[in-house]
Amino acid sequence: MTSLTLVRRIAARPSIVFEALTTADGIAAWWGPDDLPAADAEIDPRVGGAFRVHFRTQDGGDHEARGEILEIDAPDRLVMTWFWAFGGEPAEHGRISQIAFDLRPVPEGVEITFTHSGLANAESAASHEYGWTGAFNKLDRIFGNDAGREP
Amino acid sequence: MVNYQATDLDRVFSALVDPTRRAILARLEAEESLSIGALAQPFAIKLPAVMKHLDVLGDAGLITRSKHGRTVEVRLAPAPLREAVDWLARYQRFWSPALDRLAAYAEAKEAEVREAEATATRDKDASE
Repeated sequence: MTSLTLVRRIAARPSIVFEALTTADGIAAWWGPDDLPAADAEIDPRVGGAFRVHFRTQDGGDHEARGEILEIDAPDRLVMTWFWAFGGEPAEHGRISQIAFDLRPVPEGVEITFTHSGLANAESAASHEYGWTGAFNKLDRIFGNDAGREP
Repeated sequence: MVNYQATDLDRVFSALVDPTRRAILARLEAEESLSIGALAQPFAIKLPAVMKHLDVLGDAGLITRSKHGRTVEVRLAPAPLREAVDWLARYQRFWSPALDRLAAYAEAKEAEVREAEATATRDKDASE
């Protein structure tokens, strides 16, 4: 499976971080790439529950992502499907990907591992000996491009 | 058209999962073009296995093969790889600032909760 993995350490207790992931107010506060508050968000925090976030970007774009919760285990793990209802990446309309948040307590708070599994491929699902970010750290020198690397 | 592109990208990613195939691409990056024999030489696998890897890379559009007399020359075809890297770069640009904002939001909440807890403790101590 192809995935982008990002890791962050947050100086907050796990229950607070998990609430930021699973309440409409929390989601609206941080979701989206720009420093603009999300227009609105909804979440039904149970397996099979719906997720929806509508946000604007500074370039004037209007976007809505939706999903369905696949796993929810407070305050450790949240997995949901992800697709663009409108806006986002037009080339991906009609395709469903998956996002996962794994929380692990650390002395200063929480380490959160975020994974966006973009282009699921059953055949390659077993091949995880290193993540895509790692693979591209090697490959991207082909193009002198630092894409896919953690800053 | 959209699905066609996505399927192409699936092939690129699944081709890149294998370390031998990545090593083949790395060698092709260093050389303008290589014959299949020269390409296979450093690998501890038999020629038919190398040919199989080349088929996968070829199907993904990551290499081109051209026949010159009795030898087949292999070259890197960078466009599909660039597309795959772009996919990761796009989502990296999307998620990385979002997670920074998540951290800032949660840390502000944590500070609020600590403040409230400290106030509650002070009130309790004062009333005792």
